[in-house]
Amino acid sequence: MAQKSNVSRAQTVIAIFIVIGAIYIIRLFYIQVIDDSYTLSANNNVLRYVTQYPARGLVYDRNGKLLVYNEAVYDLMVLPAQVKEIDTAEFCHLLQISVEGFRERLNKAKKYSRYKPSLFEKQISKETYGYLEEKMYRYKGFFVQPRTLRKYPKAIGAHLFGYVGEVTQGIIDKNPYYKSGDYIGVSGIEKAYEEELRGIKGLKIKMVDVHNREVGSFNEGKHDTASIAGQDLYLSIDGDLQEYGEKLMAGKMGSVVAIEPSTGEILAFISSPAYDPNLLVGRVRGKNFKLLSEDSVKPLLNRAMAGTYPPGSTFKMVNDLIGLQEGLLTLDTRYTCQGKGSSPIRCTHDHQSPLDVYVAINQSCNPFHWQVFKSFINNSGHGSIRDNYVSWRNHVMSLGFGKKLGTDLQFELSGNVPSAETFDKIYGKGHWNSMTIRSLSIGQGEILVTPLQLANYAVTMANRGTYIAPHVVKTIGTSQSEKRVFATSVSTIDKKHFEIAIEGMRQVATLGTARWSQIEGVTMAGKTGTAENPHGDDHSLYMAFAPAENPKIAIAVVIENAGFGSTWALPIASLMMEKYITGTIKRPAVEEKMMTSKLY
Amino acid sequence: MRERNNIFGNIDFPLTGLYLLLVVLGWLNIYAAVYNQDYNSIFDITQSYGKQLIWIISSLFLGLLILLTDSRFFSTFAYLIYGFMIVLLLVVLGIGTEISGSKSWFQIGGFSIQPAEFAKFATCLAIAKFFSSQHLNLSLTKNKIIPLILMAIPSGLILLQNDTGSALVYGSFILVLYRMGLSGNFLLAGLLVVFIAISTLMAGTLFVVFLILGLAGLLLFFMKRNRKNIMSLIGLVILGIALTYSVEVGVEKMLGDHQKARINVLLGKTLDLKGAGYNVNQSKIAIGSGGFFGKGYLNGTQTKYNFVPEQSTDFIFCTVGEEWGFLGSTVVVALFILLLLRIVIVAERQRSDFSRVYGYGVASILFFHFMINIGMTIGLVPVIGIPLPFFSYGGSSLWAFTILLFIFIKQDVNRNALL
Ligand SMILES: [Zn+2]
Repeated sequence: MAQKSNVSRAQTVIAIFIVIGAIYIIRLFYIQVIDDSYTLSANNNVLRYVTQYPARGLVYDRNGKLLVYNEAVYDLMVLPAQVKEIDTAEFCHLLQISVEGFRERLNKAKKYSRYKPSLFEKQISKETYGYLEEKMYRYKGFFVQPRTLRKYPKAIGAHLFGYVGEVTQGIIDKNPYYKSGDYIGVSGIEKAYEEELRGIKGLKIKMVDVHNREVGSFNEGKHDTASIAGQDLYLSIDGDLQEYGEKLMAGKMGSVVAIEPSTGEILAFISSPAYDPNLLVGRVRGKNFKLLSEDSVKPLLNRAMAGTYPPGSTFKMVNDLIGLQEGLLTLDTRYTCQGKGSSPIRCTHDHQSPLDVYVAINQSCNPFHWQVFKSFINNSGHGSIRDNYVSWRNHVMSLGFGKKLGTDLQFELSGNVPSAETFDKIYGKGHWNSMTIRSLSIGQGEILVTPLQLANYAVTMANRGTYIAPHVVKTIGTSQSEKRVFATSVSTIDKKHFEIAIEGMRQVATLGTARWSQIEGVTMAGKTGTAENPHGDDHSLYMAFAPAENPKIAIAVVIENAGFGSTWALPIASLMMEKYITGTIKRPAVEEKMMTSKLY
Repeated sequence: MRERNNIFGNIDFPLTGLYLLLVVLGWLNIYAAVYNQDYNSIFDITQSYGKQLIWIISSLFLGLLILLTDSRFFSTFAYLIYGFMIVLLLVVLGIGTEISGSKSWFQIGGFSIQPAEFAKFATCLAIAKFFSSQHLNLSLTKNKIIPLILMAIPSGLILLQNDTGSALVYGSFILVLYRMGLSGNFLLAGLLVVFIAISTLMAGTLFVVFLILGLAGLLLFFMKRNRKNIMSLIGLVILGIALTYSVEVGVEKMLGDHQKARINVLLGKTLDLKGAGYNVNQSKIAIGSGGFFGKGYLNGTQTKYNFVPEQSTDFIFCTVGEEWGFLGSTVVVALFILLLLRIVIVAERQRSDFSRVYGYGVASILFFHFMINIGMTIGLVPVIGIPLPFFSYGGSSLWAFTILLFIFIKQDVNRNALL
């Protein structure tokens, strides 16, 4: 063999080595420096982003009793890219799902992302998780995330607390804080105090090995953020009173709202029929929500704020107060009443005639109040009849009617005190007068109030003309935190005029409709109402406060289609006040009757 | 004393230096690959890095032993050593222990030894011995066939042990044969076959047929158009097209689904990240995520958390790629290329055919291991489980590669001695 040829062959071999080396270096440059998809995959392999869900704040009543707390559950998450052959049958058995269900869920997760975790099965109970935990290492690609669900030790306050649901896409789009799968308050205080209750989510970046075992924190936890627990709420609600009221209201449609007059703190907030708030928690929520929303008695409706009723006779003092304020009514004023023969509004009671304002209130005389109303609309001196009406309406609204009271709860309705424009529209401008709208004199007609407004009206009476926006949360954080401040409203009526109306209301309890429902040792000031309504039987109403000389509680009770105010609303209200003020009930027979009567 | 001074004075320092560097780098990377915080001493012999240190030290003794052995020992007993290894390969087939699917291990106490690793240097010796025979007439067909048989026997036996990767290594001797005068056309033909096969699988039969016709047309235009050239061109075109179709038919009809899947994954036709492609994909992720500078020593996440399979043996290069980045990977690739080039240069300066042929054998074997092992970790070569010389964890392979290289170094030390 020629030496020359051998040298060139050696060079060929060397060239082959160098070419392969060069190809490998180019390839390495490509996958290591140019193409960054491998870095991404590496992170997806090894990093697991675990959201740290804070516990929602707890809810206590005014006496520090726990009303709402949290229960631990576990969300089973899946990372499709890491899922390997697993014992599907065993897995499904543990979760109590079908094999088809398993595939469906996995496919859905894959569709969302192969490399991002998605929810596989939500809210697994502690017990199921106990079985699952031991075997988790066998289910590659699966991991659990602790969550909390609401729990209510007593099945009360459903409408007050509201409920917590999963965020919708609409919310996610609007508020970047929320991510798919997060919980959010949907109604009640859960919604009103969502930001305080929810806390702040944290994030932990953990590293996992190929067996899906956590092997530590990423970068020693430098990028981790801790979750911050939600703040606790201390309510003004009296848990015992709330529970008692709900018992009294069982079998009745309507509402009870009790407020501490001096503070505007709501003591009881009842809408009936109610439901066990535990029904709208976790996995059963969807099913139960459907059942409740299809129920003909509308248990989901929060009648205390979203139910509106004609105030009926409870409204009569309003006309008296306006008349007194404008000097059209004095203690010397007397009107005559022809009883059932009265025109244009007949009287429903037998009583002396002519009568003064006290008798008019304690006997709930319709003709008297019509006269007061007429004198104001026709001659109060604000200008035309329409101007007088506008002035009348301003007085009414200053007492908290026809507008939102500024409570801290969501979905408050404003009720209705019809505007002059409304009447212009109905009857034509200049074609209506006191006669046309005479029903307003006795709280009928277009006027509508919510039970909350009615209770607030009792508060305003008790306070002689002022009220603080009724609210349910006293403090946030601890019971010693700074008290929340709510706006104080002052009515257009002077304080002294309230004394007259209140005296009339006291007489209701001693001489009038409430004389059979007195509380031993406590003076009530209140007024019943039997409100006609176009949808059925009269509503039974009562508004009151007690003790009259030093008011501790103001209350409004509305029972739909139950007839006379004195038959149902009054006894329930008096029992509530007796319970709250004295702590005991000395009329067990009345209590028994109220609790067991079913009116719908 | 004089002779000993002579030995160490004549040692090729680039070769031994590169060897030591690779062995130490390998050890450090094994430590990183299986790093375990509970056993964090690199000397802990209950862990593979501690064991590897024992293998390294014993390898150095082996190397020293070889340097102290009379250089004529290896050429004299070449056939005997070869025969002894063939017997061992037969015995292991009978009474060997099966480890991960290959019945190729002798279990002695806590250690396992793989004769296939040692058969490489033995075959190298035998082929070198054959080519060093005086008055060898290579134009005789017989003399072309004999080296092929010397390669085929161990290769076949290893194939029977179900260790395809190690069996394929013997194909690398084609470089030795080329150097010893085999026509370059064989090398070219081999490359063409590989090229046609791969492009057929990737781009489809029709495309390759048109490519062949197009290339033939170009050649026809540029080459001397005499009768002989045209005839051989036509022959090549027919052969090429036939090969194209047989590759297609072969893959469709002959291969099992498992192999087909592997091929498709390699060619990037399917992205089966959980099945056949899992290893390659995870390995590419580990290397690719290293970036330019790497994540730093012991900071690799992919290898440490076992995303990469066999991370201390066949996929040890992943640790290099992930922790040392492009920079470190290039250094390791360059070290291997330097080692290979040095072996060729040293081989060319040998006066004896035995030493030169042996040197080429060493280069061929190391090159094949290097090309296949690193090629598979970066997705250029199918997954064939063979170790990266001096780097991968394992006593048998480190011993075998050390013996392989040090016999050559010893031959070089004595290159000026009379034959
Ligand atoms: Zn009357």
